[in-house]
Amino acid sequence: MKIFPKIKLNVDYEIALTHILAKKKQTIIVSFAAAIGIAAFIFLNSLVLGFNRDSDEALFKSTPHIRIYVDDKMSVPLFADSINNSLTIISNPKIVNESKKLLNPAKILHNVKQIEGVTTATTWLNINIFYNNGSAQVNGSSSGVNINEANEMFDIQSTMVEGSLQNLISTPNGIIIGVGIAENLNVRIDDNISVVSPTGIVKIMKVVGMFKTSNSVVDKSKSYMNLSMAQQLMAQGPDYITDIYVNVKDPNTAASFLPAITQLTGYNAEDWKAANESAEASKKTRGVMMGSISIIILIVAAFTIYNIVNMTVKQKLHDIAILKAQGFAGKSVVKIFISEALIIGILGTIMGLIIGAALVKALSKVYIGGDKGYFPIEFEPKIMIMGIFVGLFVTFIAGLIPAKGAAKVDPVAIFRNL
Amino acid sequence: MQTILKTDNITKYFYTPQKFKVLDNISFEINKSEFVSIVGKSGSGKSTLLYVLSTMDTDYTGSIFIENNLITGLKQDKLAGIRNENIGFVFQFHYLLPEFSCLKNVMIPAMKLNRFSKEEIEEKAYQKLKLLGIEEQALKPASKLSGGQQQRVAIARALINEPKIIMCDEPTGNLDTKNTNIVMDIFRQISTELHQTIVAVTHDTDFANSSDRIIEMQDGAIINTQ
Repeated sequence: MKIFPKIKLNVDYEIALTHILAKKKQTIIVSFAAAIGIAAFIFLNSLVLGFNRDSDEALFKSTPHIRIYVDDKMSVPLFADSINNSLTIISNPKIVNESKKLLNPAKILHNVKQIEGVTTATTWLNINIFYNNGSAQVNGSSSGVNINEANEMFDIQSTMVEGSLQNLISTPNGIIIGVGIAENLNVRIDDNISVVSPTGIVKIMKVVGMFKTSNSVVDKSKSYMNLSMAQQLMAQGPDYITDIYVNVKDPNTAASFLPAITQLTGYNAEDWKAANESAEASKKTRGVMMGSISIIILIVAAFTIYNIVNMTVKQKLHDIAILKAQGFAGKSVVKIFISEALIIGILGTIMGLIIGAALVKALSKVYIGGDKGYFPIEFEPKIMIMGIFVGLFVTFIAGLIPAKGAAKVDPVAIFRNL
Repeated sequence: MQTILKTDNITKYFYTPQKFKVLDNISFEINKSEFVSIVGKSGSGKSTLLYVLSTMDTDYTGSIFIENNLITGLKQDKLAGIRNENIGFVFQFHYLLPEFSCLKNVMIPAMKLNRFSKEEIEEKAYQKLKLLGIEEQALKPASKLSGGQQQRVAIARALINEPKIIMCDEPTGNLDTKNTNIVMDIFRQISTELHQTIVAVTHDTDFANSSDRIIEMQDGAIINTQ
């Protein structure tokens, strides 16, 4: 029975291994330094990734991956009269007062849903309204939606505290309001409130549900109603739609869908990254911050390895000279000392992975409250693999420099000086 | 007689502290299985000559041939291969690798040559240690042996690849009379029985007298060869 295949060690590696084994304590201490660097790299990057993922998830509770809308148009500054060649009109460029209405929204929706990679698409109509109950008045915004599609996109169900989404479908004048609005208006479920739109239309609506998000501002202003009700409040017909929201499989690829959507619909399409530039900027800031900290720690660890290999080379000048005399070429000497660095690196990387994983595990058990609950950090296989590569690369470089120096040792100079 | 090592007009300068001709047109031939001593006062250039012959020092003019093959001007890595296969070294100080056992020290050049399996190399290393009468020390760390024993391990190491030439720099310089005699006997045996060539730089008159030929140097030139 042969469980372990017989490993034929090259003599260069065997010498490296013997050097390392002769100094077990030193090796462990240096590997530990490397391990701290790699653990810090894994931990900090997992932290950033977990945090970014969490903030994206929070973002996607209210922002679609892609939004199709009518962009503002600027008036053309110069009208040349090309027919009569007589009068040219110059005007100040300003926003043209055009309708925000998307033409033929049903067809657009149908076409967009056909695009490969699109998971959900829904029509959307945002309006600003006042909620009134007696003398109490709250202003806010409401979304006229197809509640099932909206739920599919933003998981509204998970925020519901009272009533149900289905009640909205069965109640044409139903409204689902944030708990903050309900508190300020002092209403409960099945109570009626009056809603006033910017166009001056007043509707009596029935509270069929309440939701509570992690954001109290949203809870105090936001509501959902049926699309037809929102259209009536805007004094518009049933094809009045200002936005189409689209979700795709991988949010990070959202931008790549934009040209196709624009071409298909003729309307402007914007992805969530463009719509939330400040969130993206703070993500980048976090990445740079944590990245530079972890790299500095890695550099310090690399210097420790460099230092120890360099010291070994200095201590072993006679050994190097005798090896060269016996016919070890420069590249063999390089191999010996790089192998020593890599043995330290491999040990350090293994320990670093364990320490890093332990830190991630420990932090994921820390409760921070709010809507986040536990700290948003988890094992990231991608970062673990990156940690392995970075660890080995750093130790390779840290070993290469002194190893190159060792290869340059002139045996004659060493023998003559003794 | 077959020529194993031949030099042709070897000239070498030292440039520090000032330009100085350390080897002056050295030409000689050494035959197979010959035991040659190079003697001379300190500063006569005998060690420098040995290092030039060893292929480790490449900064010279002239030519060196090993078995009629020109080795002057070859690349460092190529020279390392030639040393590994053809030249064994014995120095005044043993230069054993302290982390390894005596046996391993002897095996390392053969493992580099990589011509035999590890088992065969180990067997050969035992044979060489036995030849030098120290096989019972084989598994001890090199640092645990006496000076004379360490030098014998170093000689075993020089012999392991059965090199054509064994080069020695003051091989007995650090040994007492008893060990000097042992080493001298071993060299005689290597030369007469194993037919390997020995080139030794030495101060030791007894050692030199036990060799086949003495090359005497002075001021970088050969003044006498017998």
